[in-house]
Amino acid sequence: MLALQINALRKVYRGGTEALKGVDLSVQEGDFFALLGPNGAGKSTTIGIISSLINKTSGSVKIFGDDLDTDLVNAKSHIGLVPQEFNFNQFETLMQIVVNQAGYYGVPRTLAKQRAEKYLKQLDLWDKRNARARELSGGMKRRLMIARALMHEPKMLILDEPTAGVDIEIRRSMWRFLKKINQQGITIILTTHYLEEAEMLCRNIAIIDKGQIIENTSMKGLLSKLNVETFVLDLSGNSIKPTLKDFDFRQVDDHSLEVDVPKASGLNAVFSQLSDQGVQVLSMRNKSNRLEELFVRLVENGRDQTSAPKQENA
Amino acid sequence: MNSLQFTALRTIWIKECTRFLRIWVQTLVPPAITMSLYFVIFGNLIGSRIGQMGGLSYMEFIVPGLIMMAVITSSYSNVSSSFFSAKFQRNVEELLVAPVSNWIIILGYVGGGVTRALLVGGLVTLVSLFFVELQIHNPIMLLLTLVLTATLFAAAGLVNAIFAKTFDDISVIPTFVLTPLTYLGGVFYSLTLLPEFWQWVSKANPIVYMVNGFRYGFLGVSDVGISTSVAVLIGFNVLLFTLAWNLINRGVGIRS
Ligand SMILES: Nc1ncnc2c1ncn2[C@@H]1O[C@H](COP(=O)(O)OP(=O)(O)OP(=O)(O)O)[C@@H](O)[C@H]1O
Ligand SMILES: [Mg+2]
Repeated sequence: MLALQINALRKVYRGGTEALKGVDLSVQEGDFFALLGPNGAGKSTTIGIISSLINKTSGSVKIFGDDLDTDLVNAKSHIGLVPQEFNFNQFETLMQIVVNQAGYYGVPRTLAKQRAEKYLKQLDLWDKRNARARELSGGMKRRLMIARALMHEPKMLILDEPTAGVDIEIRRSMWRFLKKINQQGITIILTTHYLEEAEMLCRNIAIIDKGQIIENTSMKGLLSKLNVETFVLDLSGNSIKPTLKDFDFRQVDDHSLEVDVPKASGLNAVFSQLSDQGVQVLSMRNKSNRLEELFVRLVENGRDQTSAPKQENA
Repeated sequence: MNSLQFTALRTIWIKECTRFLRIWVQTLVPPAITMSLYFVIFGNLIGSRIGQMGGLSYMEFIVPGLIMMAVITSSYSNVSSSFFSAKFQRNVEELLVAPVSNWIIILGYVGGGVTRALLVGGLVTLVSLFFVELQIHNPIMLLLTLVLTATLFAAAGLVNAIFAKTFDDISVIPTFVLTPLTYLGGVFYSLTLLPEFWQWVSKANPIVYMVNGFRYGFLGVSDVGISTSVAVLIGFNVLLFTLAWNLINRGVGIRS
């Protein structure tokens, strides 16, 4: 069964920004799914629409088969949301926040109190249960939002950049926690800027940029795609038809050849095979690829933000 | 109403009551103090010089209106500040993601405002007992006008909060509309004291009907017809609840 099915989703904000330009996305039940993309790509907009915080312009969203337009109550009950920005009442205690949230989903108060104990303990917040939310540190606030999202025991947990501003140690423990509940059967969708985070956690991944999905594949598939670089070689001579062992290649025209080179194997083997066949390479250029450009941007972003705490620890 | 919606309603109501009880120094004490001052100054000191009003001692005459004034401000400001701060801190999103129906959100917030208004009204009534002996002429009319006035202004406070973009926006209406209408709403004087033209103008002020309906419940005197009072109250309630529902349904001010 599909946990999430999005078709042709568009969002134009008042003021004219077209944040989503026809997004199609599906997530299998039980999956651990990453939605990766740079700032302003449309991740939060997508999640906002799925969780009814933002009105869509057009398109359809189904959650475990329940359409937002026709089965809203059921659709909402399947989802637990951990938003990107803190959105609890700063003056309420942790206990009040999580117990009330359960109430909004119809969980009776006594049961809600038992669950509050369970989830606040799992997220290491039990000692703080009577503190006001504003007295928490940033990392604790993030965990509070996770506990709150689990109170009605949803089938799907959606987290919008759950580890932003969280140090590496707490980030790791959050990762462990998410992996554990995913193994227990909860479908998880998270957005992130960090390829590393997606790589650690997720089985499947979609990459969104400027309101469009530009890649939707398994994590493994993505990594192998990213590990290959494509070069365009200009060759000299009349009607040259070289062959290359162990490489994927395409003859573009009589004088140029495209070769896919895994990053690990290097270019020497290509050149030596070509010179063995008497073919001269006049020049060579890297074939630009949107996914790759984006990946470079993401990795650089991720490096800036993840390296700081590591250095502090060292 | 199914059990999910009922639990949700109860939860919102508990949360709302917890909120105003947590800050009781700001929410319950000030109206009691203000109204005591009114009792002392207008009722006791000045009132003794005024003599009779509508066939009653001035003190007796103003007590129902002052209770009503406290009820109006409490229900309005409870809902307007609570809902606006839920928008401001974004915790209104806790409700928007949940399967709570929009009617339940409205009823929960209104319920909180009405509870505070009744508590404050009760406190002011208690204080008034130090100054006058209250009689109750018609308890049904008394309760009916009390509750309908509280729901009406709670719903009005909600509508205000939905439109508000800054904290200033939730004090503009109380200062420039509500307070003048209340002071000119026959709390302190009988309309019969006014020239005919101004009596006629006053009858366009809905608060006149609430104060007089309530005063009738206590004392059995009113400047306007009792059934007109009830009709005005019901009419404005229907209007404001429909408006609030329509706004929340369309996501005005809460969903982009
Ligand atoms: N409420 C809004 N009103 C108008 N435009 C908006 C609103 N929210 C987002 N946008 C615009 O929509 C686009 C997508 O924003 P969105 O928040 O979905 O990006 P994102 O992928 O979550 O980015 P980030 O990684 O920075 O959180 C951006 O151009 C943004 O400026
Ligand atoms: Mg975002």
